[in-house]
Amino acid sequence: MVLQALAFYVFAAVAVAAGIMVVTARNPVHSVLFLILAFFNAAGLFVLMGAEFLAMILIIVYVGAVAVLFLFVVMMLDIDFVELRQGFVKYLPVGGLIGIVLLVELFVVVGGWVSLPATKSAIAEPVREGVSNTAALGRLLYTKYVYLFQAAGLILFVAMIGAIVLTLRHREGVKRQKIAQQLKRTRAESVQLVKVKPGEGV
Amino acid sequence: MEGGFWTDFAWPAVLLVIKIVAVIVPVVLAMAWLTYAERKIIAAVQLRKGPNVVGWFGLLQPIADGVKLIFKETVIPSGANKVVFIIAPLMTFVLALVGWAVIPFGTWDGGKLVVSDINVGILYLFAISSLGVYGIIMSGWASNSRYAFLGGLRSAAQMVSYEVSIGFVLITVLLCAGSLNLSEIVLAQKERGLATVLGVPALTFLNWYWLPLLPMFVIFFISALAETNRHPFDLPEAEAELVTGYNVEYSAFTFALFFLGEYMNMILMSAMTSILFLGGWLPPLDVSWLNWIPGPIWLALKISFFLFLFILARAAYPRYRYDQLMRLGWKVFLPLTLVAVVVYAGVLLYAGWLPK
Amino acid sequence: MTELLKEYLPIVVFLGIAIGVAGLLTLASFVLARQKPDSEKLSAYECGFEAFGDSRGQFDVRFYLVSILFIIFDLEVAFLFPWAITLKETSEFGFWSMVTFLGVLTVGFIYEWKKGALEWE
Repeated sequence: MVLQALAFYVFAAVAVAAGIMVVTARNPVHSVLFLILAFFNAAGLFVLMGAEFLAMILIIVYVGAVAVLFLFVVMMLDIDFVELRQGFVKYLPVGGLIGIVLLVELFVVVGGWVSLPATKSAIAEPVREGVSNTAALGRLLYTKYVYLFQAAGLILFVAMIGAIVLTLRHREGVKRQKIAQQLKRTRAESVQLVKVKPGEGV
Repeated sequence: MEGGFWTDFAWPAVLLVIKIVAVIVPVVLAMAWLTYAERKIIAAVQLRKGPNVVGWFGLLQPIADGVKLIFKETVIPSGANKVVFIIAPLMTFVLALVGWAVIPFGTWDGGKLVVSDINVGILYLFAISSLGVYGIIMSGWASNSRYAFLGGLRSAAQMVSYEVSIGFVLITVLLCAGSLNLSEIVLAQKERGLATVLGVPALTFLNWYWLPLLPMFVIFFISALAETNRHPFDLPEAEAELVTGYNVEYSAFTFALFFLGEYMNMILMSAMTSILFLGGWLPPLDVSWLNWIPGPIWLALKISFFLFLFILARAAYPRYRYDQLMRLGWKVFLPLTLVAVVVYAGVLLYAGWLPK
Repeated sequence: MTELLKEYLPIVVFLGIAIGVAGLLTLASFVLARQKPDSEKLSAYECGFEAFGDSRGQFDVRFYLVSILFIIFDLEVAFLFPWAITLKETSEFGFWSMVTFLGVLTVGFIYEWKKGALEWE
């Protein structure tokens, strides 16, 4: 299929270009917007591979939720991004090291496929006809990989607690609405008739 | 190369474009006259006449509004971030439109009347509605105006809060239907359900999920109001405090795109509610003369019903306060829907009613 | 495989047409209407006052908290989708496995409720 190949190259090229723009854009908000563009193209690549469920989840979770948080942070925090950029040279060795490690790992994976035919079995099987990949995922995730699934639950739990511990600050002297109390109020305890004599006041 | 250029390539492409235009044009027209219907209905509620000057009964009012907006000057504030400022309304409009690609309108000769019948249709719609937040957040930030920024933030937090309960409600529907494909969700409401259990299969409207999932249906509709920033949850626009919030700096067609996007989102949400809870294109009774009326008309009728409710809600309810809005989303809807998912799943599993 | 992709092609075309329509309408308004900007017209609207500085400032941390909690619940919903349509096959084991998962997160939810994280002041 020519169209399929064309779509792959377009998605891949735009994803890489957007990725480069994420790191080089001057304005942090633009960086996040380019990141979203990269996510979209990654979702397109997932669809091309037949992983439509993953593609949609990528958009729902990363674009619809994570990137919104990023946008909140870069839009509202008073971080001097010019100053942050000055540390570029300082962090270059560490960043470069991580980049090299990732590159080596990629070589190991791809090289493994080429040199050891046995590792080919680890490549994901294409989705079988008649089974949507959402269903295929559901059949495995909650039974065969139940421990990993529960571990994911625990990670989310820790994230929830962590977020609250780190960000929750109560302001003093804020009046909150207590709906239960409002509803409990009766006429007898809140209204009082007072006989006021003229000229004296209450 | 069998078949050649025309039969394999050009003809399907032309057909596809015709199909898409056949979806877009009615939707855009419906949206234009929805603005008219809204003004007329609210006028009727408030014992006024509403628009009645342009055309008979003011029927040409939407066209006049559109023409006026096209001939206005597009103002881009000097402090604004120009590219993002222009992209934001485009994004709102485009997102509201592309949701229609997966909405099924009925069956025809055994085939499905739908532009693209993807396996994960419901996830696609969920994704589209979760992206709706960007148009607003981007416009709020790019305008570089206090009101717009505040409106954008409020709206983002609000949409995000109700998204969660919408997700849980979708799960309860999926438990009953057993598929992520929207056409199959509708067809599942045709074959099995309460009417079949009660032994009166002709009463198809009892098969639809609105009755067994009644609490979820109500929560979904209210969340849809919040998700589309409609009354009584229209805090992002709150004229009195924020002078219409995120779109305060917009004029001419950039403003119109926001406006159109909002109304198109209403129609999309109504279509989604009809498909999930009111059996999409299915007629309410399984009798021959009702079956004869084509599916798109039934779907349009159901959508109109929900749009009418949207407008009535605007006419009837005062605006929520922001803390009340957050309380309703996080402390009422979220726990309710979470418990409902487990309860419905348990009942369906142990009663042996799960699909397939 | 190609069957699957065949269903996605219309979405791409649909997206293209939608962008085209939106772009054309905006452009039409640019071309048709008289553009005559001046500095007063282009200043940010602040009820007739001169704008007070840059409007993008620090904000209540609560907005972050809401969006972090949203990410967590969104992920939870993402886990529920495949579960909901395969419950027939995974049956009782799948059901209780999900109940445990949701139970853990409900504990977290109760914690944040008690801590007052869901309160908007």
